[in-house]
Amino acid sequence: MSKNKTMPIIRIPTPLRPYVNGQGEVPVQGKTVAEVMQDLVTQFPSLRPHLYNSEGQLRPFVNLFLGADNVKELQGLETPLNETDTLILIPSIAGG
Amino acid sequence: MLPELSHEEILRYSRHLLIPEVGMEGQRKLKASSALVIGAGGLGSPVALYLAAAGVGRLGLVDYDVVDGSNLQRQVVHGTGTVGRPKVESARARLLDLNPDIQVDAFNEPFTSANAMRIAEPFDILVDGTDNFPTRYLSNDVCVLLGKPNVYGSIFRFDGQASVFYAKEGPCYRCLFPEPPPPGLVPSCADAGVLGVLPGTIGTIQATEAIKMLLGIGSPLVGRLLLYNALDMTFEYVKLKKNPNCKICGPHPEVTGLIDYDAFCGVPALRQAQGGVHEEGSAGRDWDITATDLAAKIGRGEKLRLIDVREPHELEISYIAGAELFPLGELASRLPELDSAQEMVVFCKTGTRSRRALEMLVSAGFRKVKNLRGGINAWAEEVDKSLPVY
Repeated sequence: MSKNKTMPIIRIPTPLRPYVNGQGEVPVQGKTVAEVMQDLVTQFPSLRPHLYNSEGQLRPFVNLFLGADNVKELQGLETPLNETDTLILIPSIAGG
Repeated sequence: MLPELSHEEILRYSRHLLIPEVGMEGQRKLKASSALVIGAGGLGSPVALYLAAAGVGRLGLVDYDVVDGSNLQRQVVHGTGTVGRPKVESARARLLDLNPDIQVDAFNEPFTSANAMRIAEPFDILVDGTDNFPTRYLSNDVCVLLGKPNVYGSIFRFDGQASVFYAKEGPCYRCLFPEPPPPGLVPSCADAGVLGVLPGTIGTIQATEAIKMLLGIGSPLVGRLLLYNALDMTFEYVKLKKNPNCKICGPHPEVTGLIDYDAFCGVPALRQAQGGVHEEGSAGRDWDITATDLAAKIGRGEKLRLIDVREPHELEISYIAGAELFPLGELASRLPELDSAQEMVVFCKTGTRSRRALEMLVSAGFRKVKNLRGGINAWAEEVDKSLPVY
C-alpha cells in the first residue's frame, strides 16, 4: 500500500518493524483508535499477538499517543482520528 | 551545612562555578549529594563518568557482570585492560582516576528484592541503566517506596527513551507500563544489537537530568517521556500522567513492598521453557540439541533441515553451510515452506530467538524440531572454530 495523505498513520517502533515489512509508518483505515489498530493487525496478522492478548484486548504495555497525549487521557480506544493524524505506538524497551 | 570546596576542587569545577545556576552553592550541593547507578553497562558508563566528573560526592554502582570484549563498543567506562574484571571494579578505578575527590561504592552483586532497599537507601537519587525488565520494575518500586527520583533511560538499536519517574511529583514507570511485555517479545541488545553511541546519547541525558534534580534547577523530565531516534535524528516528547489505578503509586496501592520481579516479568516460565516447551504431551521432552550432538548427526548423514532464524545481515558474520534463512519475523508467514514430517533444527546467535521460533513451531503442530543450544556461537566454539563468536 502506498503512503496516502488521506489516511491516518501509525508510527511503528523499531522492535515491531520486522512484523510490518520493516516500515516505520503504516497508513491505516478507520475513524477511531480502535478501528485503525484493527486495520493494522488485519494488514499484518503476525503483529496481532504482540499487541492483543488472546481475549482480543490491547495488551497493557501497549501505549498509543496522539500528538503528545496518551489516548488513555483522551477517549481511549474510541478517540476519533482524522485523515492527517499520526498515532505513535510507544514500545516497552529495556536495553541498557 | 554544605561541605566546603578545597582550592583544588575550585579549580577542577571552575567551569561549573562560572554558571550562575550552579555556582559555589550548587557545586557544594553536588559534593554533598549521592547517586546510585543501576548497571555499569552502556547507559551506566556515561552516567557514571559524567556524574563523577561533575563532582557528585558519592556514587554507587551496582552490577554483577564482568567486562567482556563485546561491551567495549559502547561501555566507555571500561577498557581493554579490564576485560574479565568485575564491571563495578573496572568502573570504580576509571571514575577515581577521573575524579579522586569523590567516593565510589561498588556493589558487585545483582540488584534484587533482597538487597535493593539496603543498597538504595543512602542515596539521593537512582539512575536506571539496567538491561532487563525485572530490574527496571524493581528500580521503580524501590524509588516509589523510598520516595526517591528514578532517572530512567532505555535503548533499543537506534531508539532511546528517557524520563524522570518521581512519584512524589509525577508518574512512575508503572503508570506508563503497568505490566511488562511477555518474556522474549522484546529482544535484548545481545540479540538485537544496539548502535554503540546510542547509550552515550541517552546516558548523558540521564546524567543531565540527575544533576538537575540534585541541584533543583531547570525543568526535568518529570511527567514527560523523551523519544529519541538516532537514524532519523528526532527528539520527541509525550506527556505522561499519573495513572490513578497505578498499583504502586496510585491512591490505593496493591504493591506495598518489593515483590518477586522475575515472576512478575514471567522469567521463571521462560527458564522452565528452556527445559521443555509448554505444550500438552511435551512434558519432560528435551527440545535442545548441543552443537556437538548436531555435528555428530550431520556427520552420520542424518537428514535434517537447518533453519537459521537470524536476520539476513547476520550471515555476513557467520553461517552454517546448508542452513536455510527464515528470519524470526517472517517465520509465521512462511510456515507453509516447512514440513512437519521432516526433522529440523532451528538456531540463531545464542539460542534466544530460536527458542521463540521453536515455541512457534511447536504450537503450530511441529514435533520433529529442536533448538541449537547456545546458537551459532556455540557451534563456533564447539564445532567450527573458523567461525567468529559475536
